[in-house]
Amino acid sequence: MSIALWTVIIVPFVSAFVLLVIGAYMPKKAAGAIGCVSVGISWVAAMFVASDFLREMPPDGFRTTLYTWMDVGGLNPGIAVRLDALSLVMISVITFVGFLIHIYASQSMYDEDGYSRFFGYMNLFVGSMLTLVLADNLLLLYLGWEGVGLCSYLLIGFWYKDATNGRAAQKAFIVTRVGDTALAIALFWLFVSFGTLDIKTILSAAPAKLVAGSAAATLLACLIIGGAVGKSAQIPLQTWLPDAMAGPTPVSALIHAATMVTAGVYLIARLHTLFTLAPPAMFAVAVIGTLTLFYSGFSALVQRDIKRVLAYSTISQIGYMFLALGVGAWTAAIFHFFTHAFFKALLFLSAGVAIDAQHHEHDIFKMGGLKRALPIAYWTFLIGAASLSALPLVTAGFYSKDSIIWGAYSSPLGAPWLWVLALISTFITAVYSFRVVYLVFHGEQKMEVSKHPGVLMNLVLVVLAFFSITAGFIGMPESIFKFDPLVRFLKTAFNTIPAYQNHANHAAEVMLLTISSALGLLGIFTAFSYYRHNRFAWIVDRSPFAKAIHSFFFSGWGFDWLYDLLFVRPYKTFAYWNRSDAIDNVFTGLASLARIGNSIFSSLQTGRIRNYAASLILGAAIFTTIVILRTKL
Amino acid sequence: MKLTWLILIPTIGGILAWIAGKRNTLACRWIALAAALADFALALSLLAQLDVSAISGKPFVQHRVPWVSALGINYFVATDGLGLLLILLSTSIGIAAVVASWREITDHVAEFHLAIMVLLSAIIGTFTAYNLVLFYFFWELMLVPMYFLIAVWGHENRRYAAIKFVLFTFIGSLFMLAGILGIHFVHAGTSGIYTFDLPDLQGTIMPAATAMWLMLGFFIGFAVKIPAFPLHTWLPDAHTEAPTAGSLHLAALLLKTGAYGLLRFAIPLFPTASLQISPLAMALGVVGVIYGAILSFAQQDLKRMVAYTSVSHMGFVILGIYAGTELALQGAIIAIICHAFATGALFLIVGMIQERTHTRDIAHLGGLWATAPKIGGFTLFFAMAALSLPGLGNFIGEFLILLGTFQVSRTAAVIASIGLVVSAIYGLRLIQASVLGPNVKNWTLSDLNARETAVLGAFAAILLWIGLHPQPIIETARTSLIQIRQDFIATSAPLNSDSGRINSTILPLNKFESRKNTGRSTND
Amino acid sequence: MINHAMMFAGLLFVIGAVGIMIRRNLLFMLISVELMLNAAGLAIAVGGSKWSQPDGQVFLIMIFVAAATGVAVGISLLLANYHERKNVDADELSLMREREPIEQ
Repeated sequence: MSIALWTVIIVPFVSAFVLLVIGAYMPKKAAGAIGCVSVGISWVAAMFVASDFLREMPPDGFRTTLYTWMDVGGLNPGIAVRLDALSLVMISVITFVGFLIHIYASQSMYDEDGYSRFFGYMNLFVGSMLTLVLADNLLLLYLGWEGVGLCSYLLIGFWYKDATNGRAAQKAFIVTRVGDTALAIALFWLFVSFGTLDIKTILSAAPAKLVAGSAAATLLACLIIGGAVGKSAQIPLQTWLPDAMAGPTPVSALIHAATMVTAGVYLIARLHTLFTLAPPAMFAVAVIGTLTLFYSGFSALVQRDIKRVLAYSTISQIGYMFLALGVGAWTAAIFHFFTHAFFKALLFLSAGVAIDAQHHEHDIFKMGGLKRALPIAYWTFLIGAASLSALPLVTAGFYSKDSIIWGAYSSPLGAPWLWVLALISTFITAVYSFRVVYLVFHGEQKMEVSKHPGVLMNLVLVVLAFFSITAGFIGMPESIFKFDPLVRFLKTAFNTIPAYQNHANHAAEVMLLTISSALGLLGIFTAFSYYRHNRFAWIVDRSPFAKAIHSFFFSGWGFDWLYDLLFVRPYKTFAYWNRSDAIDNVFTGLASLARIGNSIFSSLQTGRIRNYAASLILGAAIFTTIVILRTKL
Repeated sequence: MKLTWLILIPTIGGILAWIAGKRNTLACRWIALAAALADFALALSLLAQLDVSAISGKPFVQHRVPWVSALGINYFVATDGLGLLLILLSTSIGIAAVVASWREITDHVAEFHLAIMVLLSAIIGTFTAYNLVLFYFFWELMLVPMYFLIAVWGHENRRYAAIKFVLFTFIGSLFMLAGILGIHFVHAGTSGIYTFDLPDLQGTIMPAATAMWLMLGFFIGFAVKIPAFPLHTWLPDAHTEAPTAGSLHLAALLLKTGAYGLLRFAIPLFPTASLQISPLAMALGVVGVIYGAILSFAQQDLKRMVAYTSVSHMGFVILGIYAGTELALQGAIIAIICHAFATGALFLIVGMIQERTHTRDIAHLGGLWATAPKIGGFTLFFAMAALSLPGLGNFIGEFLILLGTFQVSRTAAVIASIGLVVSAIYGLRLIQASVLGPNVKNWTLSDLNARETAVLGAFAAILLWIGLHPQPIIETARTSLIQIRQDFIATSAPLNSDSGRINSTILPLNKFESRKNTGRSTND
Repeated sequence: MINHAMMFAGLLFVIGAVGIMIRRNLLFMLISVELMLNAAGLAIAVGGSKWSQPDGQVFLIMIFVAAATGVAVGISLLLANYHERKNVDADELSLMREREPIEQ
């Protein structure tokens, strides 16, 4: 199994290296083939690993080391990977969805410059993400963590000729770097406290070393949260994700929907013991998740760019995952990640088809009536939107999202307002998803279709749609039908802590399910009726107050403005003001002093006898006076 | 004897190159290159002699010849693991410098190569001298060819930059000279022996105030070179105005002599005084990290931008050296080596861009990736190294430094970690301004030729190798650092690699608690 | 109590010194130098008379010789200078160039 496991990680790195170094010299088809096949190999190897693992089910997971990375001062991380239920689910999703997206991209990006560079970066990303989730120690995890950040930067700014893309990429990198710094500090602290960065050792030693509920444990957990919110685009570090839509659509699908943004969720889930020892921090996770999922729903409601709607939607859905983590529903969070990967990737890729078909137009108000022109894209997008809105019983999103709401309701760590806001957000989610469906695919066709999707692209869409429907069936709630192998499997990764005791019963669960389903359907209905008659625009036009709210939501609740005011502008102003280095003035001051001294003293050299005679006589007079005074005294 | 040959070969090569250069510039270049390669090979052969399992940090090869014995001045060169690493670094950078100037320097070629080779000799001499006066000799000798390199072959503002460079470093060295003479006489006062040899001077008994003043003399001399925060202002001008090979030597080697001096002289000779000044030194390091990064972001001249990143990176090194734990010291060594290659490569790239576009102004550059993808790719790679992306050596260095610092001072480590964010800000600006964005001036450049690709590729490979497998460097430096730490930390714990780790769950917030109570016999 | 003659000698000396500093005409500068020398001579003669020794007056003769020699040399220099420049202005003797501003 270890060979297969290393294959999963190493093959994408090798192909990335090949593509980046000599990709420019090979024909496009070869580059595309190498890019897709490598992820495909990763996926196949992952499936082998999965079957081995499921057969053996080692209780402590499976660990294998390539070599010792370094051994200095007590720090000796290895290039080592550990496989357990959590990481197995993660790598299955990453490789499978990644493979599908690579296939889609091989057709959709075919006409672009830098085709091989694109696949090189994508493979590098897949390799880094796999390293992140499989890492046995936090240093290797950090390597994967930064690696995905790098690839995100490179891919957002892929079309580098436009400076806007470069700025969006920089914003993404820097905002996530702030989170990474918090994570790094947490790493230092962990090492100093535990003497190692090995994850398993830390988690098993944590209950003994850290006092539950102490300030130290809470601060440590908060630092880890800092890292997680950066990568997962949660409040307060979420401002980069909407701008990251500047990248190509496959990038948005892979990195900013299915995988990289879930790295924070993975991190918290992996280090769950540290969080259970710090209840305030866990509650903070839940609060962050809830606030984020609530606020971004409203922002998604008013966006015009289809990808920005999906970006805010991603922020919102990851908020759900954070909420689940925060209330102790670990398996629910990962289950939602599992289903979300499928339907969000699907939404992005079918949106990509629509965008490409409308001359790269992103504005949903300029699109319309694509239902007939792009049938596969329409039906798959519809399925994706339905899954996102948690359409009852037939979509994967239903099962995963409701397991989260159920978790927030039933967990002793939850609070009423958490699940109430989550339910309200279900309504909003349905509204904004179907708003897009209506505006893009229904109604009048406003533009000619410029490009039809290729066969591979449609195939990928269909496969993803299939999973958007069926992926939920392996995590059904108990009140409906007792079939949840995925959830039970995931629980094995979280068995070091007692599962929360839920204090509610089946009846409550059914009622919650009914309420959320009702809200979802209401949302769909609201979206259709409002946009059929375009009532929203009417309201906004009539009232300046509504207009203000509209632009407030549109700008992402003013976070960008706030950060610009607090951080960006002061930094730039200070840097610009000090660009000649104020400290240098001290030393140039000394040099000026020397120059002034020079001019003063050289003015004594007049060349005139009288002046020299005067100085002689003056000196003699002073000297004589001193002698006289000294002999007198 | 090998060490003496290491020092002499570049000079001899330089003189031969100078003679040949009068007639044929190509022969001059090849002779210089051959000398550099020979020196590198000799350094490699020294590597074979190193025994990493030895516990003691004593030098493993030395050459001692009495010179003016009455005054205690001897020709005493020696090296241990740390010195060997720096010698290898010097010789490899020496090769790169000659290769980098192949087309850039076109007038006074003979003199140029003489200057570069003598500079290399002086640097290697600095890294191997174990007698204080000999060290001072080589230290000052470095200034002379460097001055000419900047003043003759430099760019527009070279006169100012060269004079500024010489004045700064020279005055700093005067403080060091005061310290050298001071410890010489103090030692003679207590033991009656007049000597300048390092091993003899270690362990001199002197009152605390004297130790502090003498140590400050050394510290100021090295702080100017490193460069430490308030004394760093010579660096941007000198780096920017120097020719590419000059910048390479400056950034990659001269700065390291300062750090080496701290590790070899300032700390072992005055352990208690160094301990007392470590909070201030760490603070200077932290400020340097952030200040250098902010200023780097603000520059319009591409080369000046890269120059300020050196201030930032060396801030980390000072922080690591004065944190004093094994992790921090090892991190400092790795950071030194990786900074040399990463920033050196960035200077090479800026030089290549300047050769082709004749400008370093950001307003005129941009969008170069399309016409010169190799330049684009390498710029990206080395900028990522500069912002310490994991997988490359700079990350290992910075991470170990921060980790080691966290063991002694959480505040310093947390503030210095901001360096991760600000380095990202300038690193990305560097990339964006030079190779990304629209190609406003419609440049069509010739991409890198084989020679340039080879040098940059070699640097990239080294950084990648160190990033993924730093253990050889750690092993080579370990014994020397144990020796240094033995004096610095002044702990009675056993001398193994675990003694850097403090075995407590939560650190005491006052880091001196664990140090104050340990007795110290010799110094003070 | 200082002798009145000594005071007179000191006064003469100061007048001579000031004269050198102030006068621009080389001839008058020479005369001032002579005045200083005479003042010194007066002082030494007075000193000799105070102690009723002839040494003061003997040394006075020496001073006269020295003064005369100095005057001879000075007058010949002055005449040579006058032949060159056609004036006896002391300020014109300066060969120093204008002070240039210091380079960067």
